[in-house]
Amino acid sequence: MTNNRAGVPRLPHLLGIEGLSPETISGLLDLSETYIDQNRSVDKRRDRLAGRTIMNLFFENSTRTRTSFEVAAKRLGADVINMDVATSSVRKGETLLDTAMTLNAMRPDAIVVRHHESGAVNLLSQKVNCAVINAGDGQHEHPTQALLDALTIRRRRGSLEGLLVAICGDIMHSRVARSNIHLLQIMGARVRVVGPPTLMPTDVEKMGVEVHYSMKTGLKDVDIVMMLRLQTERMQGSFVPSISEYFHFFGLDRAKLQYAKPDALIMHPGPMNRGVEIDSEVADDLDRSVIHEQVEMGVTVRMACLDALIGGQRNQFGAVA
Amino acid sequence: MSGKIDKTAPPHAGSTAYINARIVDPTGNTEYLGAVLISDGKIADFGPNLFASGAPYGIQSVDCRGHYLAPGLVDTRVHTGEPGEEHKETLESAGTAAAVGGITSMVLLPDTEPPFDDASLIEFVARRARQVKLANMYAYGALTVGLEGKELAEIGLLAEAGAVAFTDADHAVANAQVMRRALYYAKTFDALIVHLPQEPALSGGTMTSGAMATRLGLSGSPPLAEVMMVERDIRLAEMTGGRMHLTKISTAESVEVIAAAKARGLKITCDTAAPYFALNDLAVGDYRTFGKLVPPLRAEKDRLAIVEGLKDGTIDAIVSDHRPQDQDSKRVPFAQAEPGGIGLETLLPISLELVHAGHLTLPRLFQLLSSKPASLFGLPAGRLAKGAPADLVLFEADYAWKIDRDDLWSKTKNSPFDERPVQGRVLATIVGGRTIYRDDSFTTAAAFA
Repeated sequence: MTNNRAGVPRLPHLLGIEGLSPETISGLLDLSETYIDQNRSVDKRRDRLAGRTIMNLFFENSTRTRTSFEVAAKRLGADVINMDVATSSVRKGETLLDTAMTLNAMRPDAIVVRHHESGAVNLLSQKVNCAVINAGDGQHEHPTQALLDALTIRRRRGSLEGLLVAICGDIMHSRVARSNIHLLQIMGARVRVVGPPTLMPTDVEKMGVEVHYSMKTGLKDVDIVMMLRLQTERMQGSFVPSISEYFHFFGLDRAKLQYAKPDALIMHPGPMNRGVEIDSEVADDLDRSVIHEQVEMGVTVRMACLDALIGGQRNQFGAVA
Repeated sequence: MSGKIDKTAPPHAGSTAYINARIVDPTGNTEYLGAVLISDGKIADFGPNLFASGAPYGIQSVDCRGHYLAPGLVDTRVHTGEPGEEHKETLESAGTAAAVGGITSMVLLPDTEPPFDDASLIEFVARRARQVKLANMYAYGALTVGLEGKELAEIGLLAEAGAVAFTDADHAVANAQVMRRALYYAKTFDALIVHLPQEPALSGGTMTSGAMATRLGLSGSPPLAEVMMVERDIRLAEMTGGRMHLTKISTAESVEVIAAAKARGLKITCDTAAPYFALNDLAVGDYRTFGKLVPPLRAEKDRLAIVEGLKDGTIDAIVSDHRPQDQDSKRVPFAQAEPGGIGLETLLPISLELVHAGHLTLPRLFQLLSSKPASLFGLPAGRLAKGAPADLVLFEADYAWKIDRDDLWSKTKNSPFDERPVQGRVLATIVGGRTIYRDDSFTTAAAFA
């Protein structure tokens, strides 16, 4: 099978979107497109990554992302090991770096890491000599989520350039928001962030975004509405008075959606809290909501990332050709 | 730096002349070529004309070759690990690092295990300092029992045992009533209270709030947390008439508020630590845990305001805020890392940047590093005066080198200045007339004839 890998430069790791070039992002999205038909066919498995070992190392609970990475790796023929950190030696007091070096000694080709602390994946990547993919670190970045969001938008709208995108809700605690802010702006889209001031990170406007505290002004004329989950598990103390008040002012329902462009797409990285940040009526609107398409694109994007990082043959220097 | 520590030097006896030195006199606010005569561990004479035609025959003389000779540094903010965390730093390893850094007196913070909230621990420090035989070591007493900010420690008994000031180290005293009573009570003993002004409810973040924290996804501690507490402390000091010294000032707003209080005639004083005029929050980019400090490194505008505060005299002193942390405490994700950086050996070269950049003269810098902190804390140090202890540092101001954590003498290597190019190195450190440290470049027979 011939893939369009020419445009994708070799990356040692995928730790974040910040700093990636538009060519790299486009290349990864082009490569992702080539896997869509494979994933929709009956025979879904190829041997592009046959013989490679990929470890999923999740320090934070995740069903969706971990499963998506596992499916992606298996469809390319790789061997996948899921490390259940909840029962591993990390619970016995082993440090992150000791865990990393132990796994590294088993010679995996890639480690997919999710961790509850910002920067933990960067730290780990400095201590191993295989590819590291960030599957979400604290409140920092979640690059594959931003890539799958971009792929979903690009397939619906043709291009990201010139689009107006509103990212709504709990910006402060969201790594998805940060990765998307970087990616959308790198690709020429304009970004608004919308939410209550208590859920806005300090100086977020210095990331180049417009800040809105009301859905009415924030959603005006936008092409894309990205809703974020209210991350109550990361909150210490009270950021909003109540769920019902939050939903009243910042939950996406039919009425607030009226402010956006008539054909605006609705996105959500999942898992959704229906009745907290999004109303079921709009979440399930087949004409507007692309939430399930995002999940589908997640697998192809992760296949492309794994392929770009560890696909192909190794030359005598150990680098992948 | 490569050099030799000499703990075995006997007490100074007889006379030694340090000739051909560029003498930095902070209290006289002058600098000149001259000599210093030391007799029996004390300064016997000094001046531009002393031994102008060479040292008299029969006296041991040291040719300083035109290098700078100044009162040794007085560092009033040093964390060690003794007792309790000797794997991070002992009094001996801290004394060694201080000697290499030209520090001749240091005041040890009480946040050890157990903390210095009992007079026996103040006596322990004095005893250990006599054994270690390096820099002069003094101790803070705890301001509150267990540094918990609730009940006053035995301030009077601690003062009698030798505590030179009172503080809860890096813990802010959140309760205004406790601080008010501490200031009132300490007046009985004319004791100095040193406070790190941070409103605890707002300062829980891992770095300073702002664009950098937002990009890195780290929780922020706003500059506001500092100035709010500074304002409270100024009111309490005014109300009680107690002696309050605010430490580690790091924000532009704090400098402004303290300057206004001083202009009103309040006897409040403050210091900053070397990282706050030399670094900003970019130093924690890429999650560098060596840059994780308390308070956090601030924005560039704050750094510039600290430099201004040092220039105009709003800030009275510079401290190293030496706080050793081992690998296990720093090689973890940023939010989990322990705060603090070592600073004894880098205090002089980093501070000399202020002179090289034209912000301060050398005598002014040595007021901040030596004479002012000594007088604030009532220490017999920091002055060139007949009869004063011969605590001196001989240094070369221009020598260029690069800080490399592996070359540092401290037991731990967590320097926020690692890999920074600097100018200035210590050639010799003299405590009570004894040369406790000598750089390799200054150990030839000619120099110490």
